[in-house]
Amino acid sequence: MKITIKRYTSEPQIKEAFLEYEIALENPTLLEALTYIKTKLDASLSFASGCRSSVCGSCSMRVNQKEVLACAYKVQERDVVEPLNNVPVIRDLVVDMEKSYATLSHAKAWLANTKSECNVSQEEVHRNEVQSDCILCGSCYSACPVHAVNGDFLGPFALTRVWRYVSDAREEAEAEKIATIQTNGVWDCTLCNNCTLVCPQNISSKADIEKLRSVSARHGFMDPAFGSFGGFGGGFGFDGSPSF
Amino acid sequence: MKSDVLIIGAGGAGLSAALAAHEAGAKVRILTKNYPTRSQTSMAQGGINAALGNAGEDSVEAHIANTLKSAAGLANEEAVRFMCEAAPEAIAWLDNIGVCFSRTEEGKIAQRTLGGASAPRACYAQDYTGLKILHTLYDQVLACGIEILSERYLLNIITNNDAHAKPYACGAAVLNIRTGEAEVYESASVIIATGGYARLYHKHSTNAVGSTGDGIAAAIRAGARLSDMEFVQFHPTALKNSSILISESARGAGGHLLNSKGERFVNELLPRDQVARAINEQIQSGEEVFLDIRHLGEAFIDRELPQERKLAKLYENVDPVHDLIPIKPVAHYTMGGIKVDNASQTKLKGLFAAGECANHKVHGANRLGGNSLLELVVFGKQAGQNAAAHAKKFEKPIDSAAALVSAENFINGVKYRFTNQIDFYQKREFTGNIFYNNAGIARDEMGLKAVLGAVRQMQKELPFMGVADKSKTYNTNLVEFIEFGNMLELSEIVLVCAISRNESRGAHYRTDIPHANDIAYKAHTITWKEDGVLCADFME
Repeated sequence: MKITIKRYTSEPQIKEAFLEYEIALENPTLLEALTYIKTKLDASLSFASGCRSSVCGSCSMRVNQKEVLACAYKVQERDVVEPLNNVPVIRDLVVDMEKSYATLSHAKAWLANTKSECNVSQEEVHRNEVQSDCILCGSCYSACPVHAVNGDFLGPFALTRVWRYVSDAREEAEAEKIATIQTNGVWDCTLCNNCTLVCPQNISSKADIEKLRSVSARHGFMDPAFGSFGGFGGGFGFDGSPSF
Repeated sequence: MKSDVLIIGAGGAGLSAALAAHEAGAKVRILTKNYPTRSQTSMAQGGINAALGNAGEDSVEAHIANTLKSAAGLANEEAVRFMCEAAPEAIAWLDNIGVCFSRTEEGKIAQRTLGGASAPRACYAQDYTGLKILHTLYDQVLACGIEILSERYLLNIITNNDAHAKPYACGAAVLNIRTGEAEVYESASVIIATGGYARLYHKHSTNAVGSTGDGIAAAIRAGARLSDMEFVQFHPTALKNSSILISESARGAGGHLLNSKGERFVNELLPRDQVARAINEQIQSGEEVFLDIRHLGEAFIDRELPQERKLAKLYENVDPVHDLIPIKPVAHYTMGGIKVDNASQTKLKGLFAAGECANHKVHGANRLGGNSLLELVVFGKQAGQNAAAHAKKFEKPIDSAAALVSAENFINGVKYRFTNQIDFYQKREFTGNIFYNNAGIARDEMGLKAVLGAVRQMQKELPFMGVADKSKTYNTNLVEFIEFGNMLELSEIVLVCAISRNESRGAHYRTDIPHANDIAYKAHTITWKEDGVLCADFME
């Protein structure tokens, strides 16, 4: 079976190439195929891996333009393997996650003030059960088109994590959490749903962002794009006649 | 910039230590060879023990008794008592910082029974317990603004000598994986929280590829002592072809073990060592062994064991709702580690250890399921507090210049002086295979000595191994080779300990001496280095 891998190095100067490899394995996962290449064919191939069981989030990459976890993807003939998008490539399939992970700090995605003596019902657990399955693989970040135009966008996984805490029965500081995500946050999302389609943990950041928008509205925030119309009486009258 | 507390490793123990040291007012810096959320802790599924009694009657005394029984005489009762008594408070703390535990109908934290436990004691979050604890700790570390430096690979602990020529730890030398440069980080206290060494067994291990014992190897080189390194826990149920873990909760919930004839052959809820041996005996006699959870029903499996279903489908092409799951026991957890006192401090002043890399004498010869996540939190916090206290009183000078030069020379030596005529990837796989066969679930003197001979030969051959890739940027070929060097160093120690312990106890099962000998061996196997030479002795 043949697969193609996008190689990238910065030493001694930047060089990119699509290289083809013959994999002598039967029905391997992509991670098994990459390990085979590294240990048998070409020790210089660089990629990250960890648990082999889809919980550590190390081996996210793109196959035929779609984000996958290498450990959970079965290789198909002629697959083209590339690194994640929207994050700097360090080498081959290894990317630098620092800036994307920094969105978690910018979004203050943590439990801020815990209610004392708080029991959590089974129903309340279900509110953020799936969201707290996130493994920070960055697939959604890579698939998000907003990052291509706004590098400061908090992005899908950080906003999902904000929802995970906003929806938590133990969180007392809902207002503060919501205020933090108004700029470069919930309103910048185009609701394109790419994040949902690539998430290996079946999380829909788009749905979480919609929920955060409605909580935001409850706290008196509104879509700044809507606000920029200037409200009623701006460009349009209500008598039906255009003002131009 | 010098830190008060330098933590190496960012799994559950490292992050718990970081939060505790930060709370004690220390300036904390965390180094990890991955990113924090990629740590081994993410893989823990079953649960975290605490005698809360939320799902049935339980007591701290019962938790202690179960732990001591499983430990087969090698646990320290005082340490076990400390951990078990601290457990309810540890769970309350995790609940307080937002871990999404599963709940009972009354809204209390849900608990289930794991092997060797007399009551439903393991608090869990579906089968993502470790993942959810790790990520919640990470979120809190970010909230505290604690410095994390990712993709730094530990080379050595830096030591200086005081006026009486007594060494103390004062930092770490690392390889910055991204740049390929050696770096030194000075610190008043150092905590090792780098995890275990189950990857000695290579593909016969449930562990992530990073569980190569780097911190333990660095600790013994720096002058710390190790304890009970021969004790390696084999998890009874890993997928047969990929060694992917199927959580103990599958048996806790009523799963059966069957042989090829469809017969049950062991009580599935016995401690892990006994179940693993029973399975191994079946396999040695030519049987295949399967885990059967079909009778639990699809709804239950999807609610309580969703990961298991997904992984069985992916790796074995079977659906546990309808099919038997082919399994075998593989290396899962290493009880041995850096010897620490009741303050989590090692023999080397200023060096602390917590988590799987440490030996707090709470697991003894065999760890009880659900006690490792507990250990991370309880002893992680203890190490963090004590390291912070040590740093407050620390007034010695730190000189890391020699350590930096030595690290640079080491990296260049490995890259350019080692000849790469022998393929270390092949040797790594070979080591894993002979460890699994001869130093695994069942051992005997002849087999162990044969492996020791092979390991010592490979140690001599290391200069003829090396790396094909000479790049600086993100050279995983280099990192994996240094990991292999650490594993060979630890392999020798595990084997020497296993050969010295002429008895069977807990996870150390000698087919040539299948009984315990309390008079000679109810003691800890302590190892250390003198001028680079390995020494071993049994001590109380």
